[in-house]
Amino acid sequence: MELFANQVLAGIATGAIYACMALAVVMIYQAIDHLNFAQGEMAMFSTFVSWQLMQWGVPYWGAFVITVVFSFFAGIVIERLLFKPLAKAPILTNVAGFIALYAIINSVAGLIWDFTIKQYPTPFGSSPFLGSQLISTHQAGMIGVTLLMLVLLFFFFRFTRVGLAMRAAAALPESARLVGINTSWMIALGWGMAAAIGSIAGMMIAPVVFLEPNMMLGVLIYGFAAAVLGGLSSPFGAVVGGFLVGIFENLVGTYIPGVGNELKLPIALALIITVLVVKPAGLFGRAIVKRV
Amino acid sequence: MSAAEEIVTEAPAVEAVPKRAMTLGYGTSLIVLAALIVIPLFVKNFIIFQMTMLLIYALAVMALNILTGGSGQFSLGQSAFYAVGAYTSAILMEHAGMNYALTLPIAGIVCFAFGFLFGQPALRLSGVYLALATFALATAMPQLLKLGYFEEWTGGVQGLVVTKPDAPFGLPLSQDMWLYYFTLVISIAIYVASVNLLRSRSGRAFMAIRDNEIAASAMGVDVALYKTLAFGVSAGITGVAGGLGAIAVQFVAPDGYTIQLAISLFLGMVVGGVGWLPGSIVGSAFIIFVPNIAESFSKGLSGAVFGVLLFLVIFLVPHGARQIAIIAQQTMAKFKKN
Repeated sequence: MELFANQVLAGIATGAIYACMALAVVMIYQAIDHLNFAQGEMAMFSTFVSWQLMQWGVPYWGAFVITVVFSFFAGIVIERLLFKPLAKAPILTNVAGFIALYAIINSVAGLIWDFTIKQYPTPFGSSPFLGSQLISTHQAGMIGVTLLMLVLLFFFFRFTRVGLAMRAAAALPESARLVGINTSWMIALGWGMAAAIGSIAGMMIAPVVFLEPNMMLGVLIYGFAAAVLGGLSSPFGAVVGGFLVGIFENLVGTYIPGVGNELKLPIALALIITVLVVKPAGLFGRAIVKRV
Repeated sequence: MSAAEEIVTEAPAVEAVPKRAMTLGYGTSLIVLAALIVIPLFVKNFIIFQMTMLLIYALAVMALNILTGGSGQFSLGQSAFYAVGAYTSAILMEHAGMNYALTLPIAGIVCFAFGFLFGQPALRLSGVYLALATFALATAMPQLLKLGYFEEWTGGVQGLVVTKPDAPFGLPLSQDMWLYYFTLVISIAIYVASVNLLRSRSGRAFMAIRDNEIAASAMGVDVALYKTLAFGVSAGITGVAGGLGAIAVQFVAPDGYTIQLAISLFLGMVVGGVGWLPGSIVGSAFIIFVPNIAESFSKGLSGAVFGVLLFLVIFLVPHGARQIAIIAQQTMAKFKKN
């Protein structure tokens, strides 16, 4: 039983990574109804920016804030320049656009900062948390940051005019436009926020997986799995999904023999397909009913 | 957000392409064919090898084209089918000592079955969800191939080395040239079969599903069957391409079949023009030669060049090579009139 409890705790610690990423995935899905395959790469690039700032002597939190702001505006610029013209294009074209963005960012990051693995600092320290060997202060801090983001998002969407406008634009674009909401800019704002959340996720994840241009691929797949499990339309669901996926991954690794780190990605694959087939709306999402 | 009756106005997954616009006229086909037959006689072995790879990737791109352009389903996971085909051929040749030519139909059948089965859950997914599921499949594949259980067969991380076949009947051809013509014959056969498939009853069913699933099922098309069938056929052709690829490269290893390959094939399809089968060879040329050219400018920049070019294609010629072909045709027609 103690093994079980320990593994659940360790699972929550890894789950925080996925929860962070899933939050960014859900954010963009809410705004544009697409999964951004370049999300992980955008987060990776932001993390490199913060790393570079720290190399230049900017203190951690200074770099943190600059990076989040930079990512926010970068997200908006990417949307305005590249994806606004594609708003009415077939899904295929959009997916191709995401893939192109993925390739560009990955390769440019490799070009600027090369592909060697870099250490990334943590502001929380990495000693054991409350005397537990399974969870470090960094992981505890990461969980805290994730939950804080979730609460902020909740207040933003529930109690601010812009948040309400964004929800309206996502739910019923035409009606929203009729009551005077600039839906096009709401989408840009969604991109900006997703990029900002992604950058925070990247900076939290980097001390665990180390900084390199391909660091996000596995995390992104798990982030997708978490978002799908929690329901793509619910930020709360995404966070819960992230923790559940982390716990699931750890338990499977512990109790099913022969399943270790080498099966990480196939587990995510199985999870995604199972959820999409059994309960496509996820745990907390709302089912979409189409009228034909 | 109580949205029980929300109306979802979705962009179509893939633009409709009439089936007449999917192929080339006879004249043009013959010219292309003649070029493919004659060119290898005058070039070096390395270029012949590259042309072989060109045909192999063209097959894989065409397989994706049948799936996406034909039946309107996405796949970012073609590298998984390619890998299964490659491994099937390699294992049969190296462990069972089978003739290379005989391994290809088996690779095709194995992949057809794999694709058909994968199509079952995929059936319930559309658009971006399908892209997600196949994306996950492609990222998971290399890890599955590295698994300890199958190491005896797959060679684990090291992969397998495959022997290159000699020309049979004592023909005076180099190994590369023989393999090229062998691949060419198979490619032409599969191309003709695919064109016929899309013109047949099944092909019309694919296209009906692509354009409007509900209308198709109202007309009596078995949507579930044809969607999984499209997956199966696409995977099967990709598997044959994978098998040929293994023979040509003489090597299979898990890291040769990553998500990058799946992305390349997807790009090839977009560049060649979705739903235009002859475009596959243009797309294939793009994914083989563009990285080489890009790397000659700067190492590591190939991804960026790839991405930028893809954006240019999306914005300037959204129908890819097909659009260019049509423009060329129209200019020719104008020229003739004058």
